[in-house]
Amino acid sequence: MSKENGFLIILILLLALLPLSESRFYLFLGTDILIMGLFAVSLNLLLGYTGLVCFGQGAFFGVGAYTYTLLIKKISLSFPLAFIAAPVGGAIAALIIGFFCIQRTKIYFAMLTLAFSQIVWAIVFKWNSLTGGDNGIIGIPFPQHLDSPTRFYYFTLAVVVLSFYILRKTVSSPFGRILTTIRENPERTEFIGIHVKHFQLLAFVISGAFSAVAGALFAILNHSIFPDLLYWPQSAEVLIMTLLGGMYSFFGPLAGAAVILYLRMLVTSYTQYWPLIMGTILALILFFFPGGIVGFLKERRIFHGGGG
Amino acid sequence: MTFPDPSFLFIQCLSGLTYAMFLFLIASGLSLIFGVLGVLNFAHGSFYMLGAYLTYQFASYFMNAPGQFWWAAIFGALSVGVIGGLIERLFLRRLYIREELNQLLFTYALVMLISDFAKIIWGTGQLSISRPPILKGAVKILDQYFPEYNIFIIILGPCIALLFWFIFHRTRWGRIIRAAALDREMVGSLGINVDRLFTIVFIIGSWLAGLGGALVAPIAAIVPGMDVEIIINVFIVVVIGGLGSFWGTLLGSLILGQVISFGILVLPRLSMVFIYILMAAVLILRPWGLLGKPLHR
Repeated sequence: MSKENGFLIILILLLALLPLSESRFYLFLGTDILIMGLFAVSLNLLLGYTGLVCFGQGAFFGVGAYTYTLLIKKISLSFPLAFIAAPVGGAIAALIIGFFCIQRTKIYFAMLTLAFSQIVWAIVFKWNSLTGGDNGIIGIPFPQHLDSPTRFYYFTLAVVVLSFYILRKTVSSPFGRILTTIRENPERTEFIGIHVKHFQLLAFVISGAFSAVAGALFAILNHSIFPDLLYWPQSAEVLIMTLLGGMYSFFGPLAGAAVILYLRMLVTSYTQYWPLIMGTILALILFFFPGGIVGFLKERRIFHGGGG
Repeated sequence: MTFPDPSFLFIQCLSGLTYAMFLFLIASGLSLIFGVLGVLNFAHGSFYMLGAYLTYQFASYFMNAPGQFWWAAIFGALSVGVIGGLIERLFLRRLYIREELNQLLFTYALVMLISDFAKIIWGTGQLSISRPPILKGAVKILDQYFPEYNIFIIILGPCIALLFWFIFHRTRWGRIIRAAALDREMVGSLGINVDRLFTIVFIIGSWLAGLGGALVAPIAAIVPGMDVEIIINVFIVVVIGGLGSFWGTLLGSLILGQVISFGILVLPRLSMVFIYILMAAVLILRPWGLLGKPLHR
């Protein structure tokens, strides 16, 4: 465990040095990876730790992005308040949506999360006067003291590291252990006197709140938001990042986000057929690396005599 | 608001009915595959899109041949069935032993692959083919004109529904398929080749999606993106009606067809929201759908 912590500290230090490259390109990519990594890790609290396949996580990402943007743009709220309002909005949305979704299991749960995220999407898409509808909202400025890509990168890094710290404490706490127990066997967990639905709902709310943080960061980074953020392919994409990285490890989804965003950056400069590549990657993972990147690496270490 | 002309309302109702028949064709394929194989096929909308593109392709091969559209539609739909069968045999089959999520995600990978293959082969522009000459006209109904082709679709839908009902309830193979939906191991131990049965069911299901695409080709724009658009509507239909329920699929299609047709007139802003709320409400209150039966798996 301490070895892993040492590794993490080195990783954070390396990430902190990224702006020294003085490349706006890598700075943007790095910020993007951190944001989508947070989004994927927060989804994985449901997928990998609690065993709930959520097909509508984009809704909370979008709620975070729109909450932040609307508060800044419409009522000129100060940055700290608007930024804190985003996870609160995400948590409230997750509480309402989660309350209904956890009534069902498996495929019906997935379909319900899809249905609710589509409801949120349709509202955002159609409520022209508030959200700008299909045109989205453009011209979201950098916050006052974070007005350069480098400063915003450090801010994102700090927020994401803090979020990972909280999420990691959560999953290794007794609460997190109960979530894993629920994943393994919900019925038996119920039998030992644990109210499974309460725990699932709480996991849903935490997950929604952190997805909303990622959404708010995303809105600032891109200076614009569109209803597409909440449309179901967005939810599917983050699910794929999580799977590619590995849903049975904490940082797997971050690795998945990094690989997919980096590849997309590479591929889209040569061809417009990115979905073709993405589809191929997804199929390859499913057939050959069911544990994702991190799962594959762990497996190899065991094969080589448990070197780790 | 003045009350609209009744003949206009009737035509609107018929348009909804036409759309419902397409939804029914496609959704019954999805429902069949889910009922028997337990796979929720995200790529079903992509098969529909392939059906439309392939029909366009065959129609250009059969230029000037008599019955051009009909042959193109038959070959287009059949090709989709064959493609579906190959995908099941070569890939999907290997994932049955895994969790449901793996199968779902594989079909999602297919969505991405097929949409890009279609773009590479047919481009991103809008394609169209003309209606078959016999059905080019329009019929006068209560002072309004309604295309003959749409009437043909409205008649064809129930015919296909009856045909499938007959196959499933009155023939030996239909009974075996229904039995496999309930307990595949038992069917296997009775000496039925379940692997082959699964492939056949997947072919029929894909063929239905392809047929939907082939028949919609003359009256809709053939464009990239028609796959994603239809699959959500088809999901809504099967959820409302009941996954795996034949009559439920028909009912779900009729409801959604009318909601879309009238929703645009009455509440253009809210019709889409209303549809998703309906879907969520059904999932919460009756997750097995309006006409489905609770599954005990």
